[in-house]
Amino acid sequence: MLVRGSYQGSSFFELLQLDHRHLMPDLSAWGRSAIESVPHGTTVLAMRFSTGVLVAGDRLATAGHSVASRDVVKVFETDPYSVMAISGAAGPCIEMARILSVELEHYEKIEGERLELEGKANKLSQMIRANLPAAMQGLAVVPLFAGFDTRRKTGRLWKFDITGGRYEETEFDATGSGGLYARESLKHGWTRNLGRDEAVKVAVAALSAAADEDRATGGVDLERGIYPIIKMCTTTGHADATEAEIAACYREILAARTAGGNR
Amino acid sequence: MSMPFYVSPEQVMADKAEFARKGIARGKSIVALEFQGGILLMAENSTSLSKVGEIYDRLAFAGVGKFSEFDQLRKVGVRFADTKGYAYSREDVRGRGMANAFSQVMGEVFTREIKPLEVEIIVAEIGDDRYEDHRSNSLYRIKYDGFISDHKGFCVIGGKVEEVEAVLKNDYRADMPAGDAARLGRRALNAGAERSSELGASSLEVCLLDRGRSGRKFCRLSTDEVQGMLDS
Repeated sequence: MLVRGSYQGSSFFELLQLDHRHLMPDLSAWGRSAIESVPHGTTVLAMRFSTGVLVAGDRLATAGHSVASRDVVKVFETDPYSVMAISGAAGPCIEMARILSVELEHYEKIEGERLELEGKANKLSQMIRANLPAAMQGLAVVPLFAGFDTRRKTGRLWKFDITGGRYEETEFDATGSGGLYARESLKHGWTRNLGRDEAVKVAVAALSAAADEDRATGGVDLERGIYPIIKMCTTTGHADATEAEIAACYREILAARTAGGNR
Repeated sequence: MSMPFYVSPEQVMADKAEFARKGIARGKSIVALEFQGGILLMAENSTSLSKVGEIYDRLAFAGVGKFSEFDQLRKVGVRFADTKGYAYSREDVRGRGMANAFSQVMGEVFTREIKPLEVEIIVAEIGDDRYEDHRSNSLYRIKYDGFISDHKGFCVIGGKVEEVEAVLKNDYRADMPAGDAARLGRRALNAGAERSSELGASSLEVCLLDRGRSGRKFCRLSTDEVQGMLDS
């Protein structure tokens, strides 16, 4: 009756697809060479701890063998109780995080209530599936999604594959070029019911391990004062680990390494 | 043979306006008040179907008349605002543009469709302390035919507008504390309602655009919070 557009539902993503096609990122038409020159994000991780969930990411983005940016942000608050971390082609990844955060707010305003955490993860998986043609060309978006489930009173996290496959993890996960090394480190450091402070330590250790083995991962850059982003989601919403706290954790790791005589 | 008979455009418009006015006057009023900490929107409403809603970071919506029609308008507004904020930046979604968009849609329906919208709406925008040229609040009232007006201090739609406005004209002061604003709002709504007892917190829908919040300024108050505000 009133609307010039045709979409009547409560999803922002579908609204864009149907009525504002020109605002949708469409990346499926690019050739290989263009894709290699696009900045890629590297290592992100997520883990559960006693009172919630933690998500961390380094700050480096690479294009081919060069540094594209040293202080890129890969961890985004998508709403007061959820966080998305990205690895893969930075452009589409960041855009997807932006759309998801508008999506969650849009749904809340139209429907008058927030989506359940599981609903948010499901929505993200549909968005990744819609990006499949671009993913087949090499512009994959493989995020981690985590948040605090206000109904079940616990932190939860999911990983995704390029086809939109959605897998809930009960402990931790890491993706990106240094993800393998980060996971290896998490496997040693993570225990059930980690406290908040221990969880931050374990995250810094995992990112440092990834930066040590993978040239495309940034880790902690004390010289330039660039620190990974570590966000936590608990019953009260978001909180960030401070740079001072991350620096202290990293110095401890360096000291232990030196004291052990390791190079 | 039937003869198509002539009706003058003046008559058509007058009939439509009469029809819409009647529908709107049957409902209850909504008041929007500027106070110290932002803008307060108050409706007499004990149902769970809300008349006041969030549109964007600094924008709120209130509607009277036919629920299905103003709720549809609210959704159109949310879609418009979210798309604009996504395509440009969050700061680019402003009250005046929003109010104009509503006015256009409502005016178009009034002239084109046989049945006009039986609604009247308020678009409230809270000022932004960060920018010198955005500091003041705005209240826009848009009528069923798209007629738009802007108001300072307070704004009333629906029900017995004159009675409600009379109370506000008398007792409204700029920079009232929240408690005073809530009590004045309730008193004004009482004047428009045909009842002797005072409206309780449970029959009031109260939402704020709160200057003190970061990011999205809109918040809906629970019955307990409304009671607390009225008692403060």
